[in-house]
Amino acid sequence: MSQLKHICGIIALTLSLLMPTLGSGSAIEPLPFRTELEEIRFKALAQELRCTVCQNQSLADSDAPLAQDLRRELFMMIQDNRSDQEIRQFMVERYGEFVLYRPPMASHTALLWGGPIVLLIAALIATVLVIRQRRALL
Amino acid sequence: MIRLLTPLLAFLALVALLIVGMESAEERTLVDSPLVGRTIPSFSLPKLHYPDEITSTQSQRGQVWVLNVWGSWCQSCRIEHPWITELAENSGVPVVGFNWKDERDNALRWLSRFGDPWSWHMVDFEGRRAIDLGVYGAPETFIIDHRGIIIHKHIGPIDQDSYESLKAMIEKLKLEAQSA
Repeated sequence: MSQLKHICGIIALTLSLLMPTLGSGSAIEPLPFRTELEEIRFKALAQELRCTVCQNQSLADSDAPLAQDLRRELFMMIQDNRSDQEIRQFMVERYGEFVLYRPPMASHTALLWGGPIVLLIAALIATVLVIRQRRALL
Repeated sequence: MIRLLTPLLAFLALVALLIVGMESAEERTLVDSPLVGRTIPSFSLPKLHYPDEITSTQSQRGQVWVLNVWGSWCQSCRIEHPWITELAENSGVPVVGFNWKDERDNALRWLSRFGDPWSWHMVDFEGRRAIDLGVYGAPETFIIDHRGIIIHKHIGPIDQDSYESLKAMIEKLKLEAQSA
């Protein structure tokens, strides 16, 4: 019985040691946020802004020096009470729309947003046509 | 026959798409700067050799100039160094260095080792003004006209071909500045 307790203790200890490393793969350094909301906003924005050096990573994921600089800039803008929209605008003015992982709805992104729906409708029409054809053959 | 060939043709079309995508992959990693065609952001930074002296992006108004982002930590900057030297010696316009996220001692040592053809250097140790310029890697080279408008941004090291085209661009802008 005491052996079982011992084993349980080891498992619990191992888990508690692993816990902090599990789950978060982010490169964010600890920052002195004033409120929880600020921290949530910071994390959300860092997730949806692309790091232009390592282009398949967000600002939250990247360890590149530029990503660190941009996170610092992001942090300072949040401390300055700038809105999410103003912060996105700040990044776009400097690095272009490419930094937005979520592209804006506009005429030049119509194909991007509308494309999947168009493809889906085309596929549905094709399916109906094929089914009708096959039925006619029966 | 057509029915049989359709999947094959579709497959070949996909392969063609893949090949085209792979060939343009390198180009796609270059991010077009929204600052091209706009006035260069206004800011002042200390000079590298004379930290007490301040230099501004607006002090070259009225003439064409080049702003070259470099750092002693940047391997590609060594590769382009001979072409920066060519540009500084032959273009007849100020070629200003933008020393980015560097240590002063390292930067000065680097310059004494490889040579210092730049007109002068501005220092951005923290990298905040580099963000205003939309810099995301070194080296980067901006061509600015007499009105202070960024005409072109070259990303990556300058080589023979890009040197020729930058030089031609500067010559054209110098003529525009003269007639203005």
